[in-house]
Amino acid sequence: MARNVTTRHKISATVAAWIVALIIFFPILYTIITSIKTEPEAIAGFSLWPSGTFENYITVQTQRDYLKPFMNSVILSVGSTILALIIAIPSAWAMAFSPTKRTKDILMWMLSTKMMPAVAVLVPIYLLFRDFGLLDSRIGLTVMLTLINLPIVVWMLYTYFREIPGEILEAARMDGAGLWQEIVYVLTPMAVPGIASTLLLNIILAWNESFWTIRLSTTNAAPLTAFIASFSSPQGLFWAKLSAASTMAIAPILILGWFSQKQLVRGLTFGAVK
Amino acid sequence: MTLKTILLGACSALALAGFFSTAASAETLTIATVNNGDMVRMQGLTSEFTKANPDIQINWVTLEENVLRERVTTDIATKGGQYDILTIGNYEVPIWAKQGWLLELNKLGDKYDANDILPAIKGGLTVNGKLYAAPFYGESAMIMYRKDLFEKAGLKMPENPTWEFIGDAARKITDRKADVNGICLRGKAGWGENMAFITALTNSFGGRWFDEKWTPQFDQPEWKAALQFYVDLMKDAGPAGASSNGFNENLTLFQQGKCGMWMDATVAASFVSNPKDSKVADKVGYALFPVKGEMKNHGNWLWSWNLAVPNSSKKADSAQKFISWATSKEYTQLVASKEGWANVPPGTRTSLYNNEEYKKAAAFAVPTLAAMNAADITKPTVKPVPYTGGQFVAIPEFQAIGTNVGQLFSAVVAGQSTVADALAQAQTATTREMKRAGYPK
Repeated sequence: MARNVTTRHKISATVAAWIVALIIFFPILYTIITSIKTEPEAIAGFSLWPSGTFENYITVQTQRDYLKPFMNSVILSVGSTILALIIAIPSAWAMAFSPTKRTKDILMWMLSTKMMPAVAVLVPIYLLFRDFGLLDSRIGLTVMLTLINLPIVVWMLYTYFREIPGEILEAARMDGAGLWQEIVYVLTPMAVPGIASTLLLNIILAWNESFWTIRLSTTNAAPLTAFIASFSSPQGLFWAKLSAASTMAIAPILILGWFSQKQLVRGLTFGAVK
Repeated sequence: MTLKTILLGACSALALAGFFSTAASAETLTIATVNNGDMVRMQGLTSEFTKANPDIQINWVTLEENVLRERVTTDIATKGGQYDILTIGNYEVPIWAKQGWLLELNKLGDKYDANDILPAIKGGLTVNGKLYAAPFYGESAMIMYRKDLFEKAGLKMPENPTWEFIGDAARKITDRKADVNGICLRGKAGWGENMAFITALTNSFGGRWFDEKWTPQFDQPEWKAALQFYVDLMKDAGPAGASSNGFNENLTLFQQGKCGMWMDATVAASFVSNPKDSKVADKVGYALFPVKGEMKNHGNWLWSWNLAVPNSSKKADSAQKFISWATSKEYTQLVASKEGWANVPPGTRTSLYNNEEYKKAAAFAVPTLAAMNAADITKPTVKPVPYTGGQFVAIPEFQAIGTNVGQLFSAVVAGQSTVADALAQAQTATTREMKRAGYPK
């Protein structure tokens, strides 16, 4: 009897999980389906049965070059993530293991920068980029994306580091480990799941960032967000082409997420249960 | 032998470096544009220009219209210098020219026939006698209607239709069971969306945005009559969810045979008459934008997408060379030879409308020209006004004010507000914004 209840419970939980997953994934699925419809089909109304044409992908690739924005997206997201981790690991270490009276305030202040609407600082940032010659440059956008995501990276790492017992670091110090060795050989390996999930999440956030990447780039540094934006039209049918461009833009990050889901989940639930 | 190889390698590297430095010396123009069909076509034909001008390379930045506007405005106001050519509307050209943001186009070349540009269009791009942008394509507004549905209902579209006739016809054609709406009009909020149509409608009703002292006029009877007419018509003969419909949504409805009439930009004619996308391509008729009773005002809708050079560009000469090519009669010929006459950019040159081949290929050519000739943006309405602009008011504050008012009117179509409330709120909000902006100036 008890076994029956458990089995029924498991089945209903699985079904519920599948339904939730499908609801969350549905917009992406519908984008993919729309990308293989003709334009009249795409705009005709809700339908899950496309005619299966790949014409939109050909048109998208003919009209605009995919490779350059793709490479820019890779460079910007990976570059900004590495830069953010280089800054955030020592910062989070300091705040987690040598907290001061102001640590909490600093953390809150860092997070508060994320609460400001981006458009409020558009003109000053634009002027800074102009004066430093960083408009439409990969370096400029990498720095920008690093700064945007740094508060989240520091917060996440701080949370993970707090889970590591300070005694282990003390033991390392007793054994003669210096500051650098402590971070590189003791702390970092222990926090690998947390760092990996922070890294992946930051890559996803940087890949999808569109406000600054569209406004601070023109052609040389324009990533896939600008590529998608270029397919919206005020006069004419464009839904199927836009969906094809979106599918091409999200495919790499979707695949990355798929392959690294184990690390992502492990990292995000790290320290959740004590 | 090894030394020889090294030397040879070094020489080759130098030669290659020399080659690339020559290639790199070619001037690169960055052009900001929107993703409209004619612009996409131009991008496809750019190689023809670079072939003839190997010292110039072209980089395109294509963006959604509102993002483009915001990006270009930021760049131009901060002198960012990111763009050498801008695609802007005839709303921006006079405002930006007066701000000193645009360079005068005075190097378009001897062959460039500026006098061939349609006078109504050229007038909107000229400030103090100087041309600040060249039109790439132009449009007015007209009625596109289903000839078969009119015939079925025993109706005949007059040459000069009145709003009274349009209202009756729309209600007569409406067949909810057959999913046919008598009329499809813009309802989506925005200064360039529902307010473009409602402003043109009100112009034809004798209304105006501001009097000579810049006092908003929403409390006047003309606005009440125009808005009430529009809301009633949408309720009786418009499609469901009309408050969300803009150009693209109505285009889809019309192409699928769900609209008896559609009043919108003349450029739509080439879409609805294209059998590849439109189910009703062979059943479409065209007529002038309606008038109210005896008033001879057709709304004065006039829009053009133009190419201009920002004053921050350091490549102004090459930029003007490109603009001269892209807006020339020769470019029109090039598009015709590659893609057919029906696909040439419309509404900018008189010579195009004298071309028999074009008139034969595009059934909408003559009605388009008639609509454009009927528009006068210097006198948009019967009463005197202190501004220019047909379906917009050419002042910098209009984007914000127009969108705000557009949201109020869209709410009426959605059934969330009443005509009287919306007009009263529009009057209050616009008065406040105009005072804040320092009007009268």
